[in-house]
Amino acid sequence: MKLRAQLAALAAVFCMAAASDPAERLPDPGQEARARAIFAQVRCLVCQNESIDDSEAGLAHDLRQVVRGQVRAGRSDSEIKVYLVDRYGEFVLLRPAFSLGNAALWLSPLLVAALGAALLFGRLRNRAPEQELDADEAARVRTFQDEDL
Amino acid sequence: MLVEFGSFSLALALAFSLLQAMLSATARVRRSTTLAAAGEGAAVAAFLGVAGAFAVLIHAFVVSDFSVANVAANSHTEKPLLYKVAGAWGSHEGSILLWCLALTGYGAAAALLSRSLPRGLRALMVATQGVLGAIFLAYTLFASNPLVRLVDPPVEGRSLNPLLQDPALAVHPPFLYAGYVGMSVVFSLAVAALIEGRVDAAWARWVRPWALAAWSLLTVGIMLGSFWAYYELGWGGWWFWDPVENASFMPWLVAAALLHSAIVTEKRGALAGWTVFLAIAAFAFSMLGAFLVRSGVLTSVHAFALDPQRGVLLLIILGVTAGAGFSLFAWRAPALSPGGVFAPVSRESALVLNNILLAAATASVLLGTLYPLIREALTGEAISVGPPYFNLTFTPLMAALVLLLPAGPLLAWKRGDAMGASQRLWVAAALAVAAGLGAYALVSPRKALAAAGVALAAWLIGGAIAEIFERIRAFRVPGAESWRRLARLPRGAWGMTLAHLGLGVFVLGAFVETGWKQEVAETLPLGGSVDVGGYHLALEGIASVEGANYDAERARIAVTRAGAAVCQAEPERRTYFAGGQTTSEVALCYRGANHLYVVLGERRDAAAGSVWLVRAYWNPFATLLFFGPLVMAAGGVVSLSDRRLRLGVAARRREANPQEQPA
Repeated sequence: MKLRAQLAALAAVFCMAAASDPAERLPDPGQEARARAIFAQVRCLVCQNESIDDSEAGLAHDLRQVVRGQVRAGRSDSEIKVYLVDRYGEFVLLRPAFSLGNAALWLSPLLVAALGAALLFGRLRNRAPEQELDADEAARVRTFQDEDL
Repeated sequence: MLVEFGSFSLALALAFSLLQAMLSATARVRRSTTLAAAGEGAAVAAFLGVAGAFAVLIHAFVVSDFSVANVAANSHTEKPLLYKVAGAWGSHEGSILLWCLALTGYGAAAALLSRSLPRGLRALMVATQGVLGAIFLAYTLFASNPLVRLVDPPVEGRSLNPLLQDPALAVHPPFLYAGYVGMSVVFSLAVAALIEGRVDAAWARWVRPWALAAWSLLTVGIMLGSFWAYYELGWGGWWFWDPVENASFMPWLVAAALLHSAIVTEKRGALAGWTVFLAIAAFAFSMLGAFLVRSGVLTSVHAFALDPQRGVLLLIILGVTAGAGFSLFAWRAPALSPGGVFAPVSRESALVLNNILLAAATASVLLGTLYPLIREALTGEAISVGPPYFNLTFTPLMAALVLLLPAGPLLAWKRGDAMGASQRLWVAAALAVAAGLGAYALVSPRKALAAAGVALAAWLIGGAIAEIFERIRAFRVPGAESWRRLARLPRGAWGMTLAHLGLGVFVLGAFVETGWKQEVAETLPLGGSVDVGGYHLALEGIASVEGANYDAERARIAVTRAGAAVCQAEPERRTYFAGGQTTSEVALCYRGANHLYVVLGERRDAAAGSVWLVRAYWNPFATLLFFGPLVMAAGGVVSLSDRRLRLGVAARRREANPQEQPA
């Protein structure tokens, strides 16, 4: 089991990539994989909408070093994110926090879906159901449909 | 002299657009066919005027006339001819002129191809198109004229952003704009119908060809842009949820919703108000896209040609045009008839659900794009909304849509048979489960989400095939009879099947590529090697290459698999003379539907000799990401060629046969 877990971690490194420079990489593949997962969620502050995983900018390099250092020191993902937010503000995270200030952001798609569902439900309820076809009528409709296709 | 002729031609086009609006509107009021014909003539003349100006601009680029400010800022004598021509729409001014060309072109086409529309509706549509043309031409002429001369022309131009110097620049913007602006006809038809106070099945049938054409072009345009970003940025990704990508994706989603709701309005006379709303929204989102991209209000990787002052003007145009459209809707829509009734399980309900999910998905993309701006304006706090947000909101909504999709076409209008539909889909469902479990068990490393995506794709593809089988009564009537039915299937049916198949192909590519892509990066000396995805990449040599307007280092990388030669990858790292910017030219090695993607990074000189940073990606099924949307667009085109959708047929058929059978 342990070997499999290690292989999975190794595979994860290969899959998620070593996009960044091999010179920056952490020696432990498991830690490096965690660092890379965090990179994808951290914004390169001076770049135009790039994560520090993609960016070649100097600041992205520095942030990667910070994150790698923290991963190496054994801090958890959430601790590292809190650390980054304390230093750089919420702007640094590509996934906005689930907070009251962001309620409109997270809930709007759901509200649109709920509103649509409510309208559909209202429309379906407010109408009297139409009369069922009797067997003879249904058979005639089927012949029409077969012909029309 | 030619350049002044171009400016004059543009001014003439503005005058003709104004004339078009006034003549056609008066034609509607006075019910005059002469004035209406004059309005249509003005629409054609406006198009010719813009075409003249556009030709002049391209000529100025081709001959490198640096006395034109736009050419001096965006061209260079050493630039290859293709990029000189395409450079004409590589800048803000040029791209807005391209927008105007498409807008007046659609205006002329709508005027010429709508002979069968009721006279009043047609005159109002041409008038609305004229107003839109006048607004954008006035903006072009007074705030963004690409043909302005310089007092003191430079000897050499400043050249085009190297990232844009790619064959894709020649095709991506024209398709995208043809798609965006195609929605203007849909918008004009909606405005005209609201003023006339009549939105019925015939109206929906007139809207559909325009919406189909615009949606198909937009699909190809977005796909081309995605492919461009894929091989030009060198990050191995194909969609970044960048605001500019979102800007083009929102009108696509709305147009997709419109195509489906228009079917309900056409076949059953229901959802008329909602269909009109979507018709207005589709063009509003197109304009929002133009505003977001061209104003620089959002920082993005596409942030070339920014200009905040023009941004304000574009925002005003957006506000006035969309505001007028939606106000008209709010005023007139309550009078529209609600249309036919339908049961909870019916084709109508399925299409409404499709629309609800597409609307919610659009809300997710819209909020994700604009929320950082809104929050910063309101509270001063800056936040970022990146891919993780869209993966948590957009993706589940689309997954729900895909889950429901195969059932829709199998349900009857008014009252469907859920049991019957599920009986017809059990093979597709079994196929999906088998494909998902197979992918989970057999592909290493194990990825539950990617395997679920494979199942979704198999469900879509199987469902589309099951729907065709149902139409031809396969295995239930003799084979010859099925063949006869297959040959007689209307093009519209084939179009729908193709579009749904294309979505399935795309979903397959998206999940497999995202789930199982592999990536390596190493610094390699000459003779060094690295492995990825079972392939062995050996750096055999580095050559210096002189391009037309750049110097480059080109790597020669031999790719082998188990000792057998596979391909030779030759990625480049270019440094452009003008501006000194570096770009990487990715080497793509196609292996079936999979890509081996090789990027040459910077050179590092050390005591032991130089090493080069080489990054390589194994992107399984990546071709499907771009092939799927092409199939979807092909579906749109096939549907468009359906005899029943041709302009003019609707009115004649309606007179002959008012009680049409659903297809």
